[in-house]
Amino acid sequence: MPIEILMPALSPTMEEGTLSKWTVKEGDQVNSGDVIAEIETDKATMEVEAVDEGVIGKILVDEGTEGVKVNAPIGLLLEDGEDESALDGYEPKGAEGASSADAGDDSSEDTDTSSSKDQSDTKASESKADTSSNSKSEAPTAGSDDDGERIKASPLARRMAKDAGLDLKALEGSGPKGRIVKRDIEEAKESGVGKSDDKAASKSDAPKSQPSKPVDENEPLAQYGISADRYEIKKADSITKVSAKRLSESFRDIPHFPLNVDCRLDALLKFRKEINAKTPEGVKVSVNDILIKASGLALKKVPQANASWIEDGRIAMHKHADVSVAVAIEGGLITPIIKDADQKGLSQISTEMKDLATRARDRKLKPEEYQGGTFSLSNLGMFGISSFASIINPPQGMILSVGAGEERPVITDGALAKATVMTVTLTCDHRVVDGANGARWLSAFKGFIEDPMTMLM
Amino acid sequence: MSENSFDVIIIGSGPGGYVAAIRAAQLGLKTAIVEREHLGGICLNWGCIPTKALLRSAEILDHANHAKSYGLVLDGEMKPDVEAVVDRSRKVSGRLNGGVGMLMKKNKISVIWGEAKLTKPGEIKVSKPSKPAVEPQHPQPKNTLGEGTYSAKHIIVATGARPRALPGIEPDGELIWTYFEAMKPKALPKSLVVMGSGAIGIEFASFYRSMGVDVTVVELMDQIMPVEDAEVAKIARKALEKRGLNIMTGAKVSKVEKHKDAITAHVETADGKTEKIKADRLISAVGVQGNIENLGLEDLGVKTDRGCVVIDGYGRTNVDGLYAIGDVAGPPMLAHKAEHEGVICVEKIAGVEGVHPMNKDHVPGCTYCNPQVASVGLTEAQAKEAGYDIRVGRFNFSANGKAIALGEDNGLVKTIFDKKTGELLGAHMVGAEVTELIQGFVVAMGLETTEEELMHTVFPHPTLSEMMKESVLDAYGRVLNS
Repeated sequence: MPIEILMPALSPTMEEGTLSKWTVKEGDQVNSGDVIAEIETDKATMEVEAVDEGVIGKILVDEGTEGVKVNAPIGLLLEDGEDESALDGYEPKGAEGASSADAGDDSSEDTDTSSSKDQSDTKASESKADTSSNSKSEAPTAGSDDDGERIKASPLARRMAKDAGLDLKALEGSGPKGRIVKRDIEEAKESGVGKSDDKAASKSDAPKSQPSKPVDENEPLAQYGISADRYEIKKADSITKVSAKRLSESFRDIPHFPLNVDCRLDALLKFRKEINAKTPEGVKVSVNDILIKASGLALKKVPQANASWIEDGRIAMHKHADVSVAVAIEGGLITPIIKDADQKGLSQISTEMKDLATRARDRKLKPEEYQGGTFSLSNLGMFGISSFASIINPPQGMILSVGAGEERPVITDGALAKATVMTVTLTCDHRVVDGANGARWLSAFKGFIEDPMTMLM
Repeated sequence: MSENSFDVIIIGSGPGGYVAAIRAAQLGLKTAIVEREHLGGICLNWGCIPTKALLRSAEILDHANHAKSYGLVLDGEMKPDVEAVVDRSRKVSGRLNGGVGMLMKKNKISVIWGEAKLTKPGEIKVSKPSKPAVEPQHPQPKNTLGEGTYSAKHIIVATGARPRALPGIEPDGELIWTYFEAMKPKALPKSLVVMGSGAIGIEFASFYRSMGVDVTVVELMDQIMPVEDAEVAKIARKALEKRGLNIMTGAKVSKVEKHKDAITAHVETADGKTEKIKADRLISAVGVQGNIENLGLEDLGVKTDRGCVVIDGYGRTNVDGLYAIGDVAGPPMLAHKAEHEGVICVEKIAGVEGVHPMNKDHVPGCTYCNPQVASVGLTEAQAKEAGYDIRVGRFNFSANGKAIALGEDNGLVKTIFDKKTGELLGAHMVGAEVTELIQGFVVAMGLETTEEELMHTVFPHPTLSEMMKESVLDAYGRVLNS
């Protein structure tokens, strides 16, 4: 029996991806560990390695195919001694079941983590009480959809849906008056209906605030008076699509506001020069590296600004200053993370950043390397932009937009003087960071920039 | 439609049958019900209800015997007048039996008097009962249809069950009783052996003990009330033993010698010895078996299994248009399970939307011995066996204000949760009034609440029900009053 090569999951949340390239062709001999294909997801391209050795018998999914479900068979591998006749009449099993089984595993992992806190089943323990109070406050989220419309579901169904990552909105209830009950969740888990990504997809297809008219495939912009002969149509890759959705949601749903401040860079530029004279061979600290460090330190100094809004009406106060740094890559933008930026030395930040940026451009970042920052930094100074306001990268509470450092006339001690000045703009999510806290953070940041030695204290 | 033709005919008017008939009539179906002996079936006539009447007498007697502990002086002796106790029980039964007759009339359900046999799909023949009714019989309802052939698109078998007999220890109605005789003693025996400690056996044991009879319970399994949670059964056993019951578990009645007005039960005990117990009477309460005989089921090729008709979740047998509900359709053999099975069956027939099979894990069970036992869902052992990672909560009656005020401070409320989802998997109680408490957990399970909703439900103070919440809190390490 030929071995099925399955679409791998590159991250726990991945539901589908694009099979961007086959690096082998039918008939090729492969060994376990050989790269056989490349997969593109939201943000990264990853290589798929052969798990078994054998001969590529059949390619089931052509390269360039989008939306390949995780665990769907993408090819068949002939084992030792099998020839092509083994493929005759071979019907790859739809791996739907496998896919939902995977999801099940994920959720059980989650619970394992939480239940590992639990102690014996009968005796009182603090942690037990904690666990239940956690789950309690989470419940309301699942209770209503984004419009605050009530979804009828039993408490048990809600919890099970949450554990399984199912979207209640996508499910039909079989209980009284359409109530979603346990058996509906069990069925959904079996059939794979209502996975959270379904929701995401349906959302991006029809953003609520601008109900889109049906798109005419051949004349998509005709309704705006632009005929198709006046432009070319380019396919959006998955990064672009995900960004489009996320950013639309962010800009639409987050009550954001910008705060500007000018920072004098002369001391920082001098500081950088001194540092680079002493850094190890091959390390060259950039201004941006220093800004990352300063951001991390400011987040620690003003911890109330390092926060995320939780949709059920709570606020997450982050314990770490993990700075996402926007990196432009071919066809989009990606934000690799410098974790605990406040604690790292400049040369370490510099080395890490260089590595992350390189791999980002090659789309070789692992999901954990670009997901999970608590704050973002975007620098368009190199393009000569003097100031701009970025769109918040949810669930982060702030993003800092850095303009170009340029010589400007300034007043120093009552006299007109010349200084290198950079304008930074902090976009805040007002739900977690109000004007005063944003200003406090900027003041701390500015303090580090204008007196860089304080970063070392 | 001719006079002898119906949408639905139900064979048997026990709690399953008569409730199904009412629901069918409510849904606009032309409905008939066949009964050969007594409207209301065993439940109303020789089961649930008359035994509750007996046990009420026992309870009042028990309380009276403890009057002193409540500061009350009983001047003179309180003793049972067994004839009057039985008479009251029969009257209670009679009143409900008449009530079923009225319900049939009110819902325009035709009552066909006699014994039914399926002649072909969609047709039954009703003839005179093949055996006499158990005496004393309640008056037969008026305006019934009689012998003849009747047809219906849908026929529901709801013939119930009868006491199971062990070979060699067959009930004879004199020395070896079933519940029929045990329910209407002419005089109290001095001593009694009860074979089997399920709900029926243990209730009679408890009743006769209250009446002052020396009772020995012989149970084959190693705990009494084998379907109940082991911990609860153990507490119940202790309490019963304290009341003077002699209980032998892991023991088997291998032989019964009959004397003139007494028996000797040969009991093989757990340690392999044989003990001879002499007693006035023996009650055989070793379970019930479905009434599947003489119905013509074999001729129609109806599938049966271990004495019960095989059905799907909607009461459908393997033969089109033929259904079965209640005891005859398999365990749990409980009146309330039969009732609901009947409702589901009829609603499916009528095409009601959103009908789902019953979740048998949500069927509660109640035993009215003193102390009472009530439960729903999985026992701790069953939950573990099913692979659940569980949390168990316990709350003792001794820490509940109302229980102490009642002078009923012995008992336990035990809850079992799925650690992963917070699903209430089972609840098990022993103690005063727990049979009236269990429904709270049944509703909770039916609505699929998790521990959270239960913890945030306000239970009235001071009540026994507070223990239910405390038990839930205990499962999550948050018990308040213990």
